[in-house]
Amino acid sequence: MDPIQLLIICAQAGMLVNLMLIAAAYMVLAERKVAAWIQGRVGPNRVGPWGLFQSFADVFKLYLKEDVVPAAADYKFHALAPIISIAVAITIYAVIPWSGPLVTIDGHSYGLAMAPQMNVAILIILAMTSVGVYGVALAGWSSNNKYSLMGGLRSAAQMISYELSMGLAVIGVVLISGSLNLVEIINSQIANGWNIMYQPVAFLIFFVTSLAETNRAPFDLPEAEPELVGGYHTEYTGMKFGLLYLAEYASMLAAGAIMATLFLGGWDMIPFVDEAALLGLAPDSIPMVVLGHITFVSKALLMVFVFIWIRWSLPRFRYDQLMNLGWKVLLPLALANIAVTGICLLLFG
Amino acid sequence: MEVQVILFAIFAVGAIGSAIVTVTRKNPVASAMALVGHFFMLSGLYLTLEAQFVAAVQVLVYAGAIMVLVVFVIMLLNLGTEQQLAERSSYLRGTLGTLFAALFVILLALAITSNPSGANQLSSKAVEIGTTESIGQSLFTQYLFPFEAVSLLLLAALIGAVILAKRHVQEGA
Amino acid sequence: MVTTYVPLMIMILIGVIFGVSNIVLAEILGPRRRNKAKLSTYESGMEPIKSARERFTVKFYLVAVMFILFDIEVIFMYPWAVQFKELGMYGFTAMILFMVLLFSGYLYVIKKGALRWD
Repeated sequence: MDPIQLLIICAQAGMLVNLMLIAAAYMVLAERKVAAWIQGRVGPNRVGPWGLFQSFADVFKLYLKEDVVPAAADYKFHALAPIISIAVAITIYAVIPWSGPLVTIDGHSYGLAMAPQMNVAILIILAMTSVGVYGVALAGWSSNNKYSLMGGLRSAAQMISYELSMGLAVIGVVLISGSLNLVEIINSQIANGWNIMYQPVAFLIFFVTSLAETNRAPFDLPEAEPELVGGYHTEYTGMKFGLLYLAEYASMLAAGAIMATLFLGGWDMIPFVDEAALLGLAPDSIPMVVLGHITFVSKALLMVFVFIWIRWSLPRFRYDQLMNLGWKVLLPLALANIAVTGICLLLFG
Repeated sequence: MEVQVILFAIFAVGAIGSAIVTVTRKNPVASAMALVGHFFMLSGLYLTLEAQFVAAVQVLVYAGAIMVLVVFVIMLLNLGTEQQLAERSSYLRGTLGTLFAALFVILLALAITSNPSGANQLSSKAVEIGTTESIGQSLFTQYLFPFEAVSLLLLAALIGAVILAKRHVQEGA
Repeated sequence: MVTTYVPLMIMILIGVIFGVSNIVLAEILGPRRRNKAKLSTYESGMEPIKSARERFTVKFYLVAVMFILFDIEVIFMYPWAVQFKELGMYGFTAMILFMVLLFSGYLYVIKKGALRWD
């Protein structure tokens, strides 16, 4: 592994982090705009045309705010929690297969996808989601504040309850494609049609659990303002709050990208149609790959838009309704989905 | 130097460091977090041995589930930082301590004099064996009985946890 | 090959560095005007009533234990799912037996009310 490869990996990582930051910035703005349209008002439109520079203004503000840490709080853990959250959110971006390779340096071809040949990619995604629980629990505990602690523990319990159903929903996809490698899953979807057609229940389960994992409405009771005064991030100000907020949006985009990979065919534009042959280009030529990147990102953003839409349309769940849904509805449903998928695959091949 | 040696060095030092942090902290949450870091380092060591599935599962189950339980318990039990216990001088502790320290030094000396290079002579089939496919294959053919026995073990653990927790609730109510 | 995973390790490192550098930057750039009101714990404008570190219910412990056990079940399903087509009917029945045993444990837990009023 020579230094050039390391440099290229760092460059890819830098580009991905930039992509994530810009996307998160515009997702915050998009959320406010979409919320405004749903609620019949206009949303931010002062800073730049259509409010396009609003997010940069927000980020500047967060940097310049005072970092207030209450005296009763444990400073080391207070700072560690946002770092865990954001590190986990960034790590998932390394696993996502954005599209094919774009440049060839030194005999190897590189694209935006950092590690397409990872054999256990899905397990790594689940592992990172599992570790994300620590960010929330530590944030709640370290503030030494009744509201934060309750919010943190409840949020952590909510996240782990829904992680089970997420893992089980993905097994349906793995049964069909026979591999944990994300590129192979996309290739099997290109060959057989998108997984959302074969696994609609699994898609629904995965969608709902992603909402719960990222603490989005209607599952955002632990951070709901009227109920728990901001829950586990009550005592966070300035950039630490900014990092927690950024981690939430980054993991939303990552969840959207994973759904696009597992269920919506990744970089495939139209199911059952060989676009490369249609356009008369080779499948790994630069225009096709760029189109693939654009398609992938659009699908991920579409999922994010649905997340935002749902947030501003549905009321919040009560905590016991939330846990009941996770344990008593989604878990048996996911298990049944696996059994039925197995039987269908055995019968129909 | 090969990649394997460099990675092994990084993860080994990380594992030892986080283990030392785990046992020397007074704050239980700090110990728990250091242990989580230790599991990440172990997962890296598994990766240098080409055991990909085990590496991912180590983080998923150990660092992501079992340590979450430990952290929950610590936060629920509200233990303060550990107070220094009154030191009673005890000859048993002294002798056992020196005995184990001597054993440790001997182990270290043996390890160092065997000239470790950090590079493992992995067989050429090591990459195949570590994949999920081969684990699936052997789990359901050769090791089917232990696999079903694990399900019984998990069932027993479930029932045990519920009984213990319910008894606590009834006693406390 | 372990070199496939090096990008992942570097990404974790970059994530941590990103978090730390942002916090340090905010610390440098932000003002620091401490006063007693700001440093006190927030409780909707009142003085905090008791210490926050009190005992909570055992429900969280039960949820965490059940999560571990079912997580292990999910882990065992992954190698099976990957080899599903090769293992055929025989592997399917073995896995169904596994799932049934664990599902009966799940029904026991529900019946005992351990998951009530979560």
